[in-house]
Amino acid sequence: MSVRVQTEDFDLSTEVANLREHTPKVGAVVTFVGTVRDLNEGEHVAEMALEHYPGMTEKALEEIVAEAKSRWDLFDALVIHRVGPLKPLEQIVLVAVTSAHRGEAFDACEFIIDFLKTKAPFWKKEQTPTGARWVDARVSDDEAMSKWAPQSR
Amino acid sequence: MQIQLKFFASLREAVGTSAETLILPAEVKTAGQARDFLRARGGLWAEALADGNALRIALNQQMVDTTAPLSEGCELAFFPPVTGG
Repeated sequence: MSVRVQTEDFDLSTEVANLREHTPKVGAVVTFVGTVRDLNEGEHVAEMALEHYPGMTEKALEEIVAEAKSRWDLFDALVIHRVGPLKPLEQIVLVAVTSAHRGEAFDACEFIIDFLKTKAPFWKKEQTPTGARWVDARVSDDEAMSKWAPQSR
Repeated sequence: MQIQLKFFASLREAVGTSAETLILPAEVKTAGQARDFLRARGGLWAEALADGNALRIALNQQMVDTTAPLSEGCELAFFPPVTGG
């Protein structure tokens, strides 16, 4: 299992091939790719910049992945998150998990991205026609994470 | 006690710095008290660290609440709620 924070783009096929390599027990691969939208809260977004907390980011992602592996029977998990300037259509984040069966893989993938959105120290700043603005955290992200609380499962 | 401060994103812009070494008086013992201490500088510090602002605190790169105890040489970070993914 691994996490990477990088400015470079990633290739989904290559990453999934590496994750599955030499592991014939894998019967399910689920991936999530987050991309930059050109519209957010009614404004056109020309570009965004992603800032993070070097050191803490990697630790937070590793903890989230470790938690997913403790909750579900996974073979492997990968998180790649890009930082720096990004334009609409560009890829921001990849979450990929492998397991024997699809149920575990779907749940674990969703869990990792839900936790990443509220626990990993990344911040987005958008360039719009009316100036630059920091993206506000969404209440819906907290709600998405809270559904994974132990008491609700 | 001497600690390392870090600020990120909109809070970094509001206080005009990303890092600072700070010497705290003996009575400042927790993350929340350090926030109060910085707020007492007044001006943009008071504004950026005001009670109504949604702020997150990390101590030695772990999210904590205001009661977390500080220690010599620790790294204390303040930032807004995260928006990655």
